[in-house]
Amino acid sequence: MIPRFLLYEESFFYRFLLILCYKMHSFVNALPFVKTLRYINREKRWEGSAAMDSKTIKGTALWNDVWKMRALYLMLTPGLLWYIIYKYVPMIGLVIAFKDYNIVEGVAASPWADPWHKYFTQFFHSPYFSQLLTNTLLISFYKLIFGIAPPIVLAILIHECRSLVMKKWVQTLSFMPHFLSWVIIYGIVIAFFSETSGVVNRFIVENGSKAIPFLTSTDWFRSVLVASDVWQNLGWGAIIYLAAISSIDPSLYEACRVDGGGRFRMIWNITLPGIRSVIVLMFILKVGHILDAGFEQIYIMYNIQVYEVADIIDTWVYRTGLQQMNFSLASAVGLFKSLFGLVLVLVSNSLAKKWGESIW
Amino acid sequence: MVRGLSDRIFDIFLYAILTAVALLSVIPMVYVVSISLTPYTEVLKNGGFILFPKSITFEAYRQLFSNNQIPRALFVTIFITVVGTAINIILTVLMAYPLSRKKLRGRSIFLMVIVFTMLFSGGLIPTYLVVKATGMTNTLWAMIVPSAIWTFNVLILKSFYESLPEDLFESARIDGAGEWRVLAGIVLPLSVPAMLTVGLFYTVGHWNDFFQAILYITNTDLHPLQVLVRNLLLESQNMNNQSDVILPTVTLQMAAVVSASLPILAVYPFIQKHFTKGVLVGAIKG
Repeated sequence: MIPRFLLYEESFFYRFLLILCYKMHSFVNALPFVKTLRYINREKRWEGSAAMDSKTIKGTALWNDVWKMRALYLMLTPGLLWYIIYKYVPMIGLVIAFKDYNIVEGVAASPWADPWHKYFTQFFHSPYFSQLLTNTLLISFYKLIFGIAPPIVLAILIHECRSLVMKKWVQTLSFMPHFLSWVIIYGIVIAFFSETSGVVNRFIVENGSKAIPFLTSTDWFRSVLVASDVWQNLGWGAIIYLAAISSIDPSLYEACRVDGGGRFRMIWNITLPGIRSVIVLMFILKVGHILDAGFEQIYIMYNIQVYEVADIIDTWVYRTGLQQMNFSLASAVGLFKSLFGLVLVLVSNSLAKKWGESIW
Repeated sequence: MVRGLSDRIFDIFLYAILTAVALLSVIPMVYVVSISLTPYTEVLKNGGFILFPKSITFEAYRQLFSNNQIPRALFVTIFITVVGTAINIILTVLMAYPLSRKKLRGRSIFLMVIVFTMLFSGGLIPTYLVVKATGMTNTLWAMIVPSAIWTFNVLILKSFYESLPEDLFESARIDGAGEWRVLAGIVLPLSVPAMLTVGLFYTVGHWNDFFQAILYITNTDLHPLQVLVRNLLLESQNMNNQSDVILPTVTLQMAAVVSASLPILAVYPFIQKHFTKGVLVGAIKG
């Protein structure tokens, strides 16, 4: 549900969520209570400090620490087990990309692929390699290009809006699409763009033109994908920029107003430079995930007529692996994508960090 | 405050665009709802575009819920949402709290272990094989257990716990409270907003889950609502209206779409407050 580019600690969304949590009342209510506790605590520490001086051997100290915190390790156990089973065992399972895997024999007993790179070469030399890569990159690229400006504009407009009621309503309504599943959005797309019953096509036909098969035509399908993606993320994407704008020093606006600057001037000279680093950051982080073109969305919306323009690496892996049972080939392609993606993310993250440091 | 002409024109544009954005976000959904409620003859009369139907019929919903397919799928969805979210939250809290304790030995190793899974994954096929090997394919657990923890949510909670003052914990510990006691008595009550945020992410994730269902479950009786709705949407893309179907498929389809999104849309305004509140407080300050 959450785009992966938001997942890193550097991301502003992440920071923003924390700010958001802070702002909520219960924490603030707890503050007087905290002060009292701090006071009591200081007294007690004072009394106990004499006993703290005794020497301890290092190894025993480690063991003592671990033993003292045994409850914490106990809490971690179920989660860590889950991580091992459902996250790390599959990584080991990637060996089937180098094996002639068959279900009957299992992972361990299946023979190794003859040249170890058999399935990789098979993929790289196949005609669909360039098609899949092109589709994946193109769809991601379009989503990136058309998706980056609207949330920024929306955030600036919401910030400029003087009516609090209006602000609240616009935010409430524009966040909403983010919570709709792709199946629901597909339903909406059908209601509007279906060739037979879509309202857009009914309008076109009534005006004497031929209906446009938006969902089954190779010319239109990518536009549908990109448009629905932009629609879904418009409001949600603005959150990050809103948070960034709200952290701009208000005295800058005051100074600009005193100097007689208009609102365009303020947007251009204060707001935009103020969030420039965030914009760059979001852009870089998105580039890092350019191989994730939107598996679920495309899988739900595409059909055989548009495979040519819509089939991406993920959908192809799914069909090859789980529908045609070609596990090894699909795993090899999956591994290729994961590795490529890892490199992209690491590079883009370090770039983001560098940019972040030089700007802040 | 003296406001110039350009300022006022700017305001007009501003309100116009913001209104347009707000409408653009809701009208598609409103349209879907109204198709599902309008008798088809009236839809045709109005050239197909109706936002506020004059006459309302619940026929599509009656027909949709008359066979046991949709109610069963609804039950599946509710089950995985409720049980799944409960498991999610328990595991996430149990992960996040120890990791938030800076004195925990091996903390950075544990953190690396979980963060690495966000950067690299075994991918679809090996994960499928593991789920299969653990005997979960074709059970409801396949939609719950493989997604039991989202690392992102662990990190949100972890950071929130870290932001709680350390003195709180120490004083509680000096008073003789164990870690479980501290977690249940101090940390959880203080972290309600963070838990709500994380809980919302999990709930929406489960309700909207489509992929795990088709990935791990071939038994159509166990398919959740999202899968059923998508099948319904596909069906009439290929088939034209059959004579024995009383209602046109579009009406039925849209009724299904509404049924699958209504609970989220109904809960949304309440939880959304928490998001907007945060944003607004920030915005007012700026």
